[in-house]
Amino acid sequence: MTRRPGALVYGLLAAFVVGSALPLYWSFMIGSHTRERALDTPPPLLPGGHFLDNAGRVLNTIDFWQAMFNSLVVSTVCATSVVVFSTLAGYSFAKLRFRGSGPLMGFVVMTMAVPTQLAIVPLFILMRDYRLLDTLAAVALPTLVTAFGVFFMRQYLFDAVPDELIEAARMDGCSMLRTFWTVAVPAARPAMAILFLFTFMQVWTDYMWPLVALQKTETLQIALDRLALTGQGQSTDYALLLAGTAMATVPLLVLFVLTGRQLVTGIMQGALKG
Amino acid sequence: MTAPAEADTAAQPGNRTATRRAAGSRDGEDPGDGGRGGRRGERRLLRRERRARWDVRLAPYLFVSPFFLVFAVVGMFPLAYTGYLSLHDWDRLAYTRGGFIGLDNFRWVLDDPLFTKSLVNTLSIFAMSSIPQVVIAVTVAALLDQQLRGSTFWRISVLLPFVVAPTAAVLIFGTLFSDRSGLVNELLSSVGLDPIRWHVERWWSHAAISSMVNWRWTGYNALIFLAAMQAVPREVYESASLDGAGRVRQLLHITLPMIRPTMIFVIVTTTIGGLQIFTEPRLFDDTAQREGGADHQYMTMTLYVYVKGIEDQFYGRASAAAWLLFLFIISIVLVNYAATRWLTRRRAL
Repeated sequence: MTRRPGALVYGLLAAFVVGSALPLYWSFMIGSHTRERALDTPPPLLPGGHFLDNAGRVLNTIDFWQAMFNSLVVSTVCATSVVVFSTLAGYSFAKLRFRGSGPLMGFVVMTMAVPTQLAIVPLFILMRDYRLLDTLAAVALPTLVTAFGVFFMRQYLFDAVPDELIEAARMDGCSMLRTFWTVAVPAARPAMAILFLFTFMQVWTDYMWPLVALQKTETLQIALDRLALTGQGQSTDYALLLAGTAMATVPLLVLFVLTGRQLVTGIMQGALKG
Repeated sequence: MTAPAEADTAAQPGNRTATRRAAGSRDGEDPGDGGRGGRRGERRLLRRERRARWDVRLAPYLFVSPFFLVFAVVGMFPLAYTGYLSLHDWDRLAYTRGGFIGLDNFRWVLDDPLFTKSLVNTLSIFAMSSIPQVVIAVTVAALLDQQLRGSTFWRISVLLPFVVAPTAAVLIFGTLFSDRSGLVNELLSSVGLDPIRWHVERWWSHAAISSMVNWRWTGYNALIFLAAMQAVPREVYESASLDGAGRVRQLLHITLPMIRPTMIFVIVTTTIGGLQIFTEPRLFDDTAQREGGADHQYMTMTLYVYVKGIEDQFYGRASAAAWLLFLFIISIVLVNYAATRWLTRRRAL
């Protein structure tokens, strides 16, 4: 039936969306009031004018800009590397025939089920042995490739590149690498963008591995962690804390507003084929 | 692309040898620049053909090898190393590996009451997060799977919490669930209920932690369900509603069985994620140790691995615990896989 949905459907959806947005609203709200006002009962439900004061206090408490820069570097490096390696391997698995491709792909899919946390202890020891602890390289290394990336690109390239196009390029005397570059890469571009976005967000929001790998250096999540620790014990400074989370969340919110459509498409596409 | 006419016939999909030969023969007709025919040209041709053949044979391996090389170093080697460490003693003071001690580490971990406690906590938090998460996600997907005005807007809005880092989410929810002045407790007392000590009482702390997890992932899963639902042919619903089946019955008896593979996919991924929760219990804790509450009442298994391995530097025991966690995840995944298959089996209307 192609009935138009009624008010109930919109009402329920709106309730869900409000529930999704409310905690964020709350953090921006409390973050814009003074420390004392934030503890009032009932709490302030409208924005106050003290966000910049609180932001200034955040900048005094943690090295926010350095942490932001570090997160940006690590996320960009990981996302770029995952996209490059996954596109190459995914193309090979989707379009080229070679001995052992079946078992190798099966292996990749299987490792997707293995939790990364399983290896934090040995990874920590390795980083320590190679004197990489407390460097950004240590944060980036474990995410330079992901099995998911290869799987994702393979699924996408399977349909996105017609075999005839590859044959035609070969016929024109293109080497395999050139064929990859002129035929596969242009077709893979939308999927590459989505994979980049996903990996970027995954690394940006990760807390556990940087916590293990870093000591003095900070990514954004570790800096937030430190911010939470400063007020611990006595009465927590909610205004400071929530101003900090708001500041750390804004960059991804901007990215989300700019790329929301692609993200949604990506999730829905990946699921259809997964 | 200007493929010569003769090549067209050769360019059948799956006919790689013919293609290569055709490519070669084209080169034969049209010798490369500077080629004067004769023996030299022929040799160059041979060389080129050989190179092309190697190119075809080697390129796939060259394309996949960067991934596998890096993966072997940063992915597989540490995993194997975990297994190795779990069978060895570890001298914490000298920072050296001790002798082979077989399954002693595993025995130690299994005997540790803290490990058992973290296992129960993990299961409890997982159940409280994944079950409502999947139920609400299916409902939201069913709502989205209609001819909505502004459907893109709704889809994007539903995804909003996904961009918030778990770290930020815990800090925000931590203030909402604050024991003394939290908004949730104020709401409870305003309707005449007793405030709840979210950070202290075991099962309530699990509920608070689960709410953060659910908040972040429900919309994401809803979109995955939506994708599957949109592939269900609309005629099925038409005939069902002609037969007098309401919306809910349609969802339970048509949609769910038809999106079964996606149900399995989401439940498996949610299970794997839900059993590895770390950030939430670590940061929700406002005691100095941050080991999942003063009484470890919400310490998860991943947090246990972290505390034993990184903080206390019992590498062997932590590695054993990590392997036990892995086995645990695999078994729960298998149970859930079977349960999902059973729940979404085809039922007559």
